Amino acid sequence: MEHDILSTTGRIFDIQRYSIHDGPGIRTIVFLKGCALRCRWCCNPESQHFEVENMFFGGKNETMGYDVTVGEVLHSVQKDMFFYRRSGGGLTLSGGEAMLQPDFAIDLLKACHAEGINTCIETTAIAKWDVIDRFLENLDFVYMDIKHMNNEKHREFTGQPNTKIIEHAIKIAASGARLTMRTPVIPGFNDTVEEIRDIARFVHLLPGSPRLHLLPYHRLGEDKYKGLNRDYFYAGVPPMDMKRMQPLLRAAQLEGVECQIGG
Amino acid sequence: MKQFNTTDIPVTPRVKKLIADLFAKLPEIEADRAVLLTESYKQTEDLPIIKRRALAFHHILTNIPITIRDMELIVGSATKAPRGCQVFPEYSYEWLESEFDTVETREADPFYISEQTKATLKKVYPYWKGKTTSELATAYMAPEAKLAIEHNIFTPGNYFYNGIGHVTVDYGKIIKIGWRGLMEEAAAELSSINIYDGGYARKKEFLEAVIICCDAAVIYTKRYAKLAKETADKCPDAARRAELIQISKNCERAPEYGAATFYEACQNFWFIQMLLQIESSGHSISPGRFDQYMYPYYKQDIESGILTREFAQEIVDCIWVKLNDLNKVRDAASAEGFAGYSLFQNLCAGGQTKEGLDATNDMSFICIQASMHTRLPAPSFSVRVWNGTPNIFMIKCAELTRTGIGLPAYYNDEVIIPSLMSRGITLEDARDYNIIGCVEPQAGHKTDGWHDAAFFNMCRPLELVFSNGVDKGVQVGLRTGDVESFRTFDQFLDAYKKQMSYCIQLLVNADNSIDVAHADRCPLPFQSSMVEDCIHRGKSMQEGGAIYNFTGPQGFGIANVTDSLYAIKTLVYDRKEVTIGEYKDALEHNFGKGYTEKATRKMVTEAIDAIAAQGRRVSPQMVEQMCRAYLENSMCTAEQKQKYDKLLQMIDSVPKYGNDLEEIDLFARESSYIYTRELEKYKNPRGGMYQAGLYPVSANVPLGEQTGATPDGRLANTPVADGVGPFSGKDRFGPTAAANSVSMLDHGIASNGTLYNQKFHPSALAGQSGLQAFADYIRAYFDRKGMHMQFNVVSRETLLDAQAHPENYKSLVVRVAGYSALFTTLSKSLQDDIINRTEQTFNM
Repeated sequence: MEHDILSTTGRIFDIQRYSIHDGPGIRTIVFLKGCALRCRWCCNPESQHFEVENMFFGGKNETMGYDVTVGEVLHSVQKDMFFYRRSGGGLTLSGGEAMLQPDFAIDLLKACHAEGINTCIETTAIAKWDVIDRFLENLDFVYMDIKHMNNEKHREFTGQPNTKIIEHAIKIAASGARLTMRTPVIPGFNDTVEEIRDIARFVHLLPGSPRLHLLPYHRLGEDKYKGLNRDYFYAGVPPMDMKRMQPLLRAAQLEGVECQIGG
Repeated sequence: MKQFNTTDIPVTPRVKKLIADLFAKLPEIEADRAVLLTESYKQTEDLPIIKRRALAFHHILTNIPITIRDMELIVGSATKAPRGCQVFPEYSYEWLESEFDTVETREADPFYISEQTKATLKKVYPYWKGKTTSELATAYMAPEAKLAIEHNIFTPGNYFYNGIGHVTVDYGKIIKIGWRGLMEEAAAELSSINIYDGGYARKKEFLEAVIICCDAAVIYTKRYAKLAKETADKCPDAARRAELIQISKNCERAPEYGAATFYEACQNFWFIQMLLQIESSGHSISPGRFDQYMYPYYKQDIESGILTREFAQEIVDCIWVKLNDLNKVRDAASAEGFAGYSLFQNLCAGGQTKEGLDATNDMSFICIQASMHTRLPAPSFSVRVWNGTPNIFMIKCAELTRTGIGLPAYYNDEVIIPSLMSRGITLEDARDYNIIGCVEPQAGHKTDGWHDAAFFNMCRPLELVFSNGVDKGVQVGLRTGDVESFRTFDQFLDAYKKQMSYCIQLLVNADNSIDVAHADRCPLPFQSSMVEDCIHRGKSMQEGGAIYNFTGPQGFGIANVTDSLYAIKTLVYDRKEVTIGEYKDALEHNFGKGYTEKATRKMVTEAIDAIAAQGRRVSPQMVEQMCRAYLENSMCTAEQKQKYDKLLQMIDSVPKYGNDLEEIDLFARESSYIYTRELEKYKNPRGGMYQAGLYPVSANVPLGEQTGATPDGRLANTPVADGVGPFSGKDRFGPTAAANSVSMLDHGIASNGTLYNQKFHPSALAGQSGLQAFADYIRAYFDRKGMHMQFNVVSRETLLDAQAHPENYKSLVVRVAGYSALFTTLSKSLQDDIINRTEQTFNM
C-alpha cells in the first residue's frame, strides 16, 4: 500500500514567499535544515546543522529549525497558488541541502505536483546518485551550484571535494533535466577571470549547455554568525562590486555559455 | 494580436524648462476671481441662482487676467503666477481670512499671499457673510450631526468648505463639437420646451445659463488667440514666433467649433479642464479616459503625415505639466488630509471599450511615457487592467512604477465593472468607467458621484463603545451600556454595530445637508452642460441632472478595527486573560506610554488656557513639568505601566490582519461590512444612493491624531492604518501574504473604491524578470478580486536622506494613499509614516 505522503515529516528552518530569483516566476522557497558543505561565505549559517539551534537575531532569541509534515508545508505553499498560476512560479526547495532529507523532500515535491504546482531545487548535488535520480523525476527545474573547478580550493573553502559534484553535474545535464548552473562569486575564492573562465568552460561543455548565473557575494548573513556564536570568515569583507562582476561576466560569455549576473 | 509602438521617446528641453519654471517659487494666492465674482453677484441679486452663477462666470472669463508662459505649447492659466490659485468665497472664506498670516509658513501646502491680495480680499469678504454654501449647510444640519463633526467622528470638510468637483465631463464630445455645438444643443432643447410644462421656468433658466457659460468660454479662448498673436508680433525669436502663431490659430477656431487636428484637440482639452476649475473650487476634476478620446485625432494625423509621434509626445507632456499649473488653497486642517498640493486630476489609460474589447492603443503608451518624462504629481495616472490587457502594457506600466514616482495606480476591471453594475449602471457604461480623484470608479460624464463625501474614522465608534457614547464629557454617541457589563463578545460587537450605524446616520444627515446647500447656492451650469443628461433634463448636476447619482463617504481604519475586535474577542472573551475593565483602563492611560509631542503640546496648551481662565499664572517650570508628564506619561505608576506592558505583549501575540490567516481575514471582511452594508441603506437628495469607499487618502495621519489608543495596541494620537492594507509593520510574510489578506475583503461592495498601498524596494523590479514578476503579482491579486493597487518604489535610505536634505529632493514624488505627492512638501509626520510602512524585503 502506498504511504500517505502528506504525513511524512522533515526539518525546515524557513519558508519564504514572493521569491523571484530562484527559479521561474513567483516562488515559495522552503529551506530544509542541514548541509554537507561548510562554505565559508554561507549567508544562511543557521542552515548548516541538522540540529535545532538558537539564534539571537533582530533583538530576540529565535529557534532555528522545526519539524513539519509535508501536509503542513503544502498548506503554506498553496497559499500563493494564484501567484504561481500567473507567473509560472511554484515551489523551490533550498537549504541547507534538501537532498539530505530525501523522503520528506521527495514527498513534498510529489504533493506539489499533485496540486499542479511546479517544482525546483537549489542543490549542491553532493548526495548519492541514486538519491539524486529519485529527485530528478519529481523536479521541473534544477538549480545546481558549481563553486570551483580546483578540487583543493573547493575542499579548503567548502569542506568538501568537488569530484562528486562535477560528476553529478554531467549526469544531471545528461538526464535531460532543465538545468541552470550557479556560481557564487566570492572574494579571494573564485573571483578571478581564470577561475570563472574554467567554470564557464565546464558548464558550456555540459550536455545541453545550461545557463550560468553568477551570484555576487553579499554579506547579509553576517549578523546571523554573531547570533549563532560562530566566527564569520568573511567578516568585514565588502560585497562584490558590480564593476568587478562585469569582466567575469564577459569572460564567461567568451566561453560560449549563456550567462547572467544574479538569479 | 494588436501591435503597439512602444519605442521610448526622449524628453525635450522645453518640457524640462516648463517644469523648472513651474516649481521655481512658492505658489501664490490671487484675488482676481473673487473680486469679479463679487462684482457680478452684487448686480444680479434679483435673478435666479442658476443665472447668477452663469453671469458671474461670464464676468470672470471676460475680465480675469490671462497669461501665456514662456515656451508653452498648450496655453491657458487660471492665475498670473505659476501654480497659483484663485479663491472661491461663495463656498467659504472665513478660514482663509483667519489664516492670512499663517498660510505662508504652515507645514502642509504653504501658499504665498501678498499684502495687496489680503487687503483686496478683506474688501470683498464682508459681502459673503451669510451667503456661503458652508453657512447654509450648517443651518440645514441636525445638531447631533454637528456635534459628531466637532468630535471628529467623521469630517465632511471637503465639500463643506469647497466645491464638489469629482467629475469627469464629456471631454471627447466637447473637443469635437466645441462650445458652439454645445450652445446649439442647449438652444435646441430650449426651443422644444412647452411653455405649459410644469418645469418650464427652471428648465428655461438653466438652458439660458448654459448658453451664457458657453459664450463666456468662447470669449475667453478668443482672448487667448488675441494674446498669442500679440505676443508673436513682439517676439524676436522666429521659431517661437511661429509657435505662437500656431497657438493663436489653435485658440481662434477650434474651441468654438471643435478640433480638426490632434494639436487642436489637446488645446481644447486643456481649456475644458482649466475652465471647470475656474467655475468651482471642487477638486478631483478628472480627465478620465484620455487615451480613448484623443486616439482618433492622433491616428488620423499620424496617418495623414501632419503629425510626428515625437511632437505628439511633446504636446502631451505639456498637458501633463499644465495639470500641475492648477492649484487650490485649503484650510490648514484639510491641507494635512490632502497634503501635497494635489488636485487629484485622475487620468486613465487602458482597459476595455464599451463593447468589451481591449482598449489599449498607442496613446495609452504615450501617456505612460509622459508620466515618465514629467515625474510630477499630476495627473494622478491610473491604468485599467483586465484579463485581456496586453502584457507589454503591463511591463511598460511596471517600468513606470520602477521609477519610484508612485505611478500608475492599477485598477481591476474584473471587479469594478460588476461592482458598478450592482449599483444600477448599464454594462456599456460600466465598461466605460474611469477613475475619479484618488481611487473612485465612475461611469464618466454621466455621473454626479459625490465621491470623497466624508472621512469616516471607524476607530472612533469603537472608542464610544468603551465610553458608553461619551466623548470629552459630552454624549456624542448612543448609550450602548456600560462596557464592563458585556458578558460576551457578541454583546460587545453588537454595541459597536449600534454606535456605527448611529454615526453613519449622522454622517448621512451632514452630507445631505451640504448637498442641498450646494444645489441652493452653487449650482454649476457650465460643468453640468457637459454631463449627461443635464441639458435634456434641464437641470444642473447639483439638482440631480446627471444620469447616475451617488454619495460616497470613505471609511478608514479597517485594519485597526479588525485587529482590535479580534484582540478583544481572543483575550477578553475566549481566553479570559484580561477583563474588559482592565482593557478600558489601559486604553484610557494610553497603555502607560508617553503621548506624542504634538498631542502633548495640545493638551498642555489646553491645560494652561484653563488655568489662565481662572486668573492664575502658570510658571515656565510648571509648563515644563506638565510637558514631561505627558511625554513620559508619568501620571501612571511603575506598577500600572508594568501591567499595561503585559497587556501589550498579549495583544502582540494575537494574530493580525495582513498575514494570510483565513480566520482573521474573514473577520476583517465582516468588520468592513459593518460600514459598507449599513451605508447602502441611505439615499441622497439627488435621488441617488450611498455607496461606501474604503480609503483614507492621507487623512489617516491627521485624523489618527484625534483618535485615542485602540485595543489593537495602537497608541493614542498616532496614525491609523492606511487604506485597506494591514496596519503599519503588522504584516510579516511579504507582499503575497499581505495581498492575499487584503483580497479577502469584499472589494466589490465598496463601489466607491478601495485603496491598497504597497511599498517595494527597486531591486524587486530589477531586470526583465523582475518587471514580469511584478506584473504577474498584480494580476494574481486581481485574480483574487482585489480592486486597486499602487506602489512606492523607493529605498528607505532615500527617504531618510530626503527628509534630512529636502533641498536635494525637490521633485521626489511618492505615492501617498491614492495620489502622488512631492515628498518634501508633506508634513514630517506623514513623511515618517511613509518611511515606517513595512518595507517588503527580497532575496538578493
